[in-house]
Amino acid sequence: MSATVRPKTSFVTTPRATLAPRPPAVSPSERGTPAVDIRGFSFAYGDRQVLRNLEFSIERTAVTAIIGPSGCGKSTFLRSINRLNDLIPGTRHQGDILVEGRSVYAPGTDLVALRQRVGMVFQRPNPFPKSVFDNVAYGPRLNRLVSRRDLPDLVERCLRQAALWDEVKDRLEEPATGLSGGQQQRLCIARTLGNQPELLLMDEPCSALDPIATQRVEELIFELKRDYTIVIVTHNMQQAARVSDFTGFFDRGELVEFDDTERIFTSPAHERTEAYITGRFG
Amino acid sequence: MTTSLASEPSTPPDVQESRSLELASYGDRVFRWLLTLGALFIPVLLGFLVYELWQGSRLAIGEFGLSFVTTSTWDPVAEEFGALPLIFGTLISATIALVIAVPLSLGVAIYLSEFAPKSVRQPVAFLISLLAAIPSVVYGLWGIFVLIPLLRTTAFPFLRDAFAFLPLFQGPIYGPSMFSAGIILAIMVMPYIMSVSREVLLAVPDSQREAALGLGATRWEAVITAVLPYARSGIAGAVILGLGRALGETMAVTMVIGNRHEIAASLFAPGYTMAAAIANEFSEAVGDMHLSALAYVAFLLFVVTVLVNAGARLLIWRVARGSGIGSKAL
Repeated sequence: MSATVRPKTSFVTTPRATLAPRPPAVSPSERGTPAVDIRGFSFAYGDRQVLRNLEFSIERTAVTAIIGPSGCGKSTFLRSINRLNDLIPGTRHQGDILVEGRSVYAPGTDLVALRQRVGMVFQRPNPFPKSVFDNVAYGPRLNRLVSRRDLPDLVERCLRQAALWDEVKDRLEEPATGLSGGQQQRLCIARTLGNQPELLLMDEPCSALDPIATQRVEELIFELKRDYTIVIVTHNMQQAARVSDFTGFFDRGELVEFDDTERIFTSPAHERTEAYITGRFG
Repeated sequence: MTTSLASEPSTPPDVQESRSLELASYGDRVFRWLLTLGALFIPVLLGFLVYELWQGSRLAIGEFGLSFVTTSTWDPVAEEFGALPLIFGTLISATIALVIAVPLSLGVAIYLSEFAPKSVRQPVAFLISLLAAIPSVVYGLWGIFVLIPLLRTTAFPFLRDAFAFLPLFQGPIYGPSMFSAGIILAIMVMPYIMSVSREVLLAVPDSQREAALGLGATRWEAVITAVLPYARSGIAGAVILGLGRALGETMAVTMVIGNRHEIAASLFAPGYTMAAAIANEFSEAVGDMHLSALAYVAFLLFVVTVLVNAGARLLIWRVARGSGIGSKAL
């Protein structure tokens, strides 16, 4: 796996072997290549076709929102990018997804390396019943990203990036389950950052949070997009409008429309998009 | 509610409702009273049990005092009694049982809850619960006719040759021994530990597994680093349940342990446990002192069981604070 020929970007290729530096800021010349390239991707659970021939690309260091009615395949799409759907028996797919130029579905893909590169934040905060520190250190320890000596620095950096440091710096050794729901979700984001991912997937990260905690997470997403490519699935159209740069509208497993967020919410090209964002269905 | 009733007492529907409410609350009180009585019954029964044991063993306690616990003579003819070999045998056989049973049961539980295909999970879980239903005398017979001959000809000689430097595996091989008893006990407690820890593992939310897998853990790493820590207090509860069974098991143990009042360094030597001694000797005990000594042993068994359980729970409680499930149950 680690021996694959890489393009010039120096993202982590051998996650279990070496201390990987943070990916450098993206130079303008790389702006042209998409962070995620979805190529004719279809997905089915048994006989139930969930995603149909998706074809679009996701831009680097921007927030891309996926919206659509329940059951349209938003979450399935997100979980196809880090192949978390593999856990479910009897799934089929066609086409491919490329993350930073590398195939996700090519035979022999190292799932461990993939999931280290593609971090995921879930619908409900799911911290481990370990200390705050151990939660953030989980990924780096597992994937041996940094030496034991550098771990505290990395944990602090991730907690700062997740805007949680000031609230937890005096209770790093306390169980993470004692934090509030919003803090837990930001901790889960910090935990994902601990893996130094190339891409952040967020599956309705605010759906279990109160409005104030939601606002903090949204501000955090806004901060994080300077360094990370973010794909967020959301039920909340105001949220999509607030935090995202691009929006894709899914309906019945198809990508109906994909455009600048502003365009989608002001002058959508498709009738179904307009019907959905104006609340006529979904 | 009450004020509105008082202000308009003539409205029939309200009166009707208040009457049915009163009736319900009467039923509630009776029910609550019955339940409280049921709950009270347990401490009362326990107190009575301890009192009876104490009464029965007073003669022996007066005669031997605490030296009963530290001496090894057991001579009904001379009426000299010491229970140290029995206490030793109980603790050692239970320890052997747990050392063998815990890793095996956990392995099976992890396989069944995390890795086994759907078609295997239910049937195997069902078979395990069947194992728990086999009477212990059947295990004992199986021990005498199958397990002991097998151990005597294969496992014991092998262990003696391979670990000749350890006193644990030296000396003559009879067959009935502390080790045989430990193995029988392990087989008997495994169903309990397996099925409880399987339930506990199944109760670990999938979000924990997904969190670990999503961070780049393999299936196995997810089990070790996320699922097991989340379930640790529940699993510890399962182990305690097994320990309780192992300490108190009587019939199967007495059939395979050899029943000798002696402390031997070798696990191949026969031994005795408190429960086995009581069961074996009670019907044949004629002297008052012998009977009283056996009651004293029963009293000690009770004390040892309580102490071991309390100690294990304390340990778990200290280790498991903040873990996901089961901490409330302990």
